[in-house]
Amino acid sequence: MTDIEPEETVDARGAACPGPLMDLIGAIRSAESGDVVRLLSDSGGSLTDVPEWADEAGNELLAVEELDEHNAFYVEKA
Amino acid sequence: MTERIVIVGGGTGGSVLANDLADRLGPELDAGDVEVTLINDGPDHVYKPVWLYVPFGKREPADGRRALDELVDDAVDLRIDRVSEIDTDSQTLRFDGTAPSMEYDHLVLATGSTLEPEQIPGLVEGGHDYYSESGATALREELLEFTEGELVLSVIGTPHMCPAAPLEFVFMTDDWFRERGLREDVEVTYTYPVQRVHGNPHIAEWARPIMEDRDINVETFFNAESVDPDAETITSMEGTELDYDLLVSIPPHGGVDLIEEAGLGDDGWVDVDKHTLEAAAADNVYALGDTADTGVPNAGSVAHYQAGVVGQRLASEVRGRPATATYDGKTLCFIETGMDAASFVEFDYERPPSPAPPSEKLHWSKLAYNESYWLTARGLL
Repeated sequence: MTDIEPEETVDARGAACPGPLMDLIGAIRSAESGDVVRLLSDSGGSLTDVPEWADEAGNELLAVEELDEHNAFYVEKA
Repeated sequence: MTERIVIVGGGTGGSVLANDLADRLGPELDAGDVEVTLINDGPDHVYKPVWLYVPFGKREPADGRRALDELVDDAVDLRIDRVSEIDTDSQTLRFDGTAPSMEYDHLVLATGSTLEPEQIPGLVEGGHDYYSESGATALREELLEFTEGELVLSVIGTPHMCPAAPLEFVFMTDDWFRERGLREDVEVTYTYPVQRVHGNPHIAEWARPIMEDRDINVETFFNAESVDPDAETITSMEGTELDYDLLVSIPPHGGVDLIEEAGLGDDGWVDVDKHTLEAAAADNVYALGDTADTGVPNAGSVAHYQAGVVGQRLASEVRGRPATATYDGKTLCFIETGMDAASFVEFDYERPPSPAPPSEKLHWSKLAYNESYWLTARGLL
């Protein structure tokens, strides 16, 4: 378990790829610099989509938590 | 007691459903046991796929517009009003102005997508689109006179209507300029928000080599942050800046506000069971087409097939039988790959798309379907 406190959580469980990534991008778009957004996704594609996009956009993927049948991605806006 | 079925939205989903119910529940409608009301905020039905052809001077916006009262069965009450509030506890709709409220026993939301270009600073001033009548007409004025420079097609919002249309536009643009001997003077660039050229990986894998063959530049992981209409640049959240002479965008989309206000879902999309299309947050409410958050494309074929499912389920409910019809994710799309060739995909929740080899026959099939669409709206095809 991480002790990171996100400013916002986006629950994209049930959405197919690339829905979760687009939901994350939407949340980062409206977030302030330094804010942490937590994305909940049960799409396997998110395990590659999210790190690739975070790297491309210069945002930091702080942690990925493996939870019950889904993952939680913590992304800090640059 | 008369059972009241109310459909909000007279696009493809709402119109097909209204006519489906008029047919399916004919005896009950004749006997006065059921009422079907279709509410739309204007008198016309609009067939949006026509807009793709408007910028190239191939179609007119009027080709995609017909009066709802000519398309919808007389057994359906057609009401032209704008719904201002959905109260799912009292099962009541309220309207703008002084129009009386309306109670329902079964509600179907088919309110569709709206464009929200104002989300991106500078986009309204600097960008064009073909996702509205006015946008397609304005783009036509620019495109017909465009003979050299940089044309950028930027997909900004997803989900958006007709996921194939951005690919179609750049394929058609490439062919159109090539046929006119202008392609060497026109740079075409396509941008997409994720790391491939389409949301669906199978369609992306098919389209990417075609784009390379046709010298269509590609920028992936490009999420537009702002447009500078004076400098004619578009900048992404990822830090890429592109120059343009003509910017065509797929603007951000949203649903109507009253859905979120009713607690039915975020951003105007109704949270539904993706098989039954029943709303998660309220009883006796269905959603279909773009309005239903199922994860399948926002496409007319989806609304069409979902309308058949909801029609069967509502007829079962009215007759006191278990509703067993379910939606399997079925989607059909023609994809133009030029001015005289097209591909075709068919897929569902379980089976991924496998685009057919482009052919002139499929192009004419698409145009033929566009003409016969009015039979679909009438519930006949």
